[in-house]
Amino acid sequence: MYQFSGKLKTFSLALIIIGVIGTAFSFYSGSKKTIEDAKHAIEASHNVGHGSSHEETAVHNDVADLENHTAKAAVHDVEEAHDATSDKEHAAHEEHVLHQLQNRPWSAFYVALFFSLGITLLVLAFYAIQRVAQVGWSILILRVMEAITANLLPTSIIMLVVIVASVMHLNHLFPWMAEGTVDPTSDNYDAIIDGKSGWMNATGFLIRSIAYLLIWNAYRFFIRKSSIKEDTANDGNKTYKKNFTASVIFLFLFMITESMMSWDWIMGLDPHWFSTLFGWYVLATLLVSALTVIAFFTIYFRSKGALPGVNDSHIHDLAKFMFGFSVFWTYLWFSQFMLIWYADIPEETTYFVMRFSEYKLPFLGMVVMNFVFPILLLLNSDFKSKPWFIFIGGFVILVGHYVDVFIMVMPSTVGSQWYFGIPEMSAICFFVGLLIFTTLRAFSKVSPIPAGNPFLKESEHFHYYNIEHSEEEGSTDHH
Amino acid sequence: MEASKVIHAFYTDDEVLLDAVKTVKADHHHIEEVFCPFPVHGLDKALGLAPTKLAITAFFYGITGLSFAIWMTNYIMIEDWPMDIGGKPSFSWIENMPAFVPIMFELTVFFAAHLMVITFYMRSRLWPFKDAENPDPRTTDDHFLMEIPVNNNEETLVALLSKTGAVEINIVDKH
Repeated sequence: MYQFSGKLKTFSLALIIIGVIGTAFSFYSGSKKTIEDAKHAIEASHNVGHGSSHEETAVHNDVADLENHTAKAAVHDVEEAHDATSDKEHAAHEEHVLHQLQNRPWSAFYVALFFSLGITLLVLAFYAIQRVAQVGWSILILRVMEAITANLLPTSIIMLVVIVASVMHLNHLFPWMAEGTVDPTSDNYDAIIDGKSGWMNATGFLIRSIAYLLIWNAYRFFIRKSSIKEDTANDGNKTYKKNFTASVIFLFLFMITESMMSWDWIMGLDPHWFSTLFGWYVLATLLVSALTVIAFFTIYFRSKGALPGVNDSHIHDLAKFMFGFSVFWTYLWFSQFMLIWYADIPEETTYFVMRFSEYKLPFLGMVVMNFVFPILLLLNSDFKSKPWFIFIGGFVILVGHYVDVFIMVMPSTVGSQWYFGIPEMSAICFFVGLLIFTTLRAFSKVSPIPAGNPFLKESEHFHYYNIEHSEEEGSTDHH
Repeated sequence: MEASKVIHAFYTDDEVLLDAVKTVKADHHHIEEVFCPFPVHGLDKALGLAPTKLAITAFFYGITGLSFAIWMTNYIMIEDWPMDIGGKPSFSWIENMPAFVPIMFELTVFFAAHLMVITFYMRSRLWPFKDAENPDPRTTDDHFLMEIPVNNNEETLVALLSKTGAVEINIVDKH
């Protein structure tokens, strides 16, 4: 049995507390933002503009603002907005930038929240896949995955709070929620959003969001209980088969809810823009991060001697998944980008224009971190079972995919007013602390070996032919 | 003439063969070759063969393919006959790079795969119309064959091999 040491408990709780304090501070300073700050920000971005020439930045800002600002996007074109000098236009622009400034603490928190919730969810989905496919090799690390999914409930509750806050107009994350977007008589009327209002309405959004969270948590609650029951059930695999059926149902619902979740919670931040493979793209980001987290915890628990029987072949397989899904992510990221780049349709390219003009470094840096680096580091078969290589590769993958979620959310919510500072770092601290705390606590509570699983023996004998197991020299099995 | 004599020991199961190879190796006999109808995992290690370098060549073949694709797209689409790609007449390779990524990917895979196969054939000394090297046609069906050179130790070898589960032991002159 694994002991959750007092030192680590203090460490994770300290992370959570630092996160709470930092987040509270950034929300406080965010709420203090006034229209004066917005004017300063506009001034600054027009003069400095993240290193590009004055004129270029100004045009890009206007294009981006236009797209983001629901009040104008549908009716005005670029030229008009660019030339507009009337006081009313200025006031609207300033108010828009003010909203972006106020959005910053919300967005910073939302990025880390979504990333953390998504990773946990994908660990749960990967776990369900192991059950549905009746996988043999991974049985010994099922309890690690189960322990990580303990993070699902707290992150779901926080997500629900953020969603309710958005519906109650406590923030401006989702532009389609603004007053009058679907009212033809309003100044704010937006024909595109009105056309999508069958899906994009507060009631539907709230009901769907609650439904996703309920479905995921219901499965997690059931399978955790039933999996522990399986250890001592001894009922001719009846419990095992019941868990199989539950996992099949969950996976079916997961594939639907995961796609819809990505439309609602991420694509909804940019209500004019759409991409048909967005659900897959979000899935790939979260899946590769989830596998990295599983590998990290497995390596940690093994080094503490809490996972007897887990050998280098299991680690090797996890690293293969990290490598493979890094390539899968790149494939989807590029597929989305290339089609939009090729067709060059303004309503589609706005997404990338914004990201390329205002977020160039993280946007391109993320491709290096999520593709080039893992490829070169984890290509060699021998490296895939070395904990240090997995740690370095995994760390870059996690940072890279955090940046990916950052790039999905920030351009739509704060536009050019982004910066990586206290709000972002506190949110990361908070969710990392929460993940460590919930996982270690859940793992220390039950036996690390799922003794009732019929494939346990297969997992114990798992041996990838190319690997020498240091622990079991002279073993005679060749599986 | 003794040196050109070899023992052919036949097996019908890969696990039995693998254990036999380990027994023979443990007794410090040199195994010339093992002929199998299919690849046996772990056999190379048991025989003490050096790990294959094919993976390393594949990496460099891939790099070659990638470089070739970059040169080819640049020559064809930018230099020799400048193309307006997707309505973006920049006539610059880097600005049109997204359009070339599928080509770069395909040629990387193409070069790595084909050159790796050709390398494998050359290293295995395989080419069209070459006569088979396996001494017994049954090794292409359901038998495994271990070939051990004889150096005045016929009896000891036969005694050892018959204990390892060999279904047939022949002493033959190697041509």
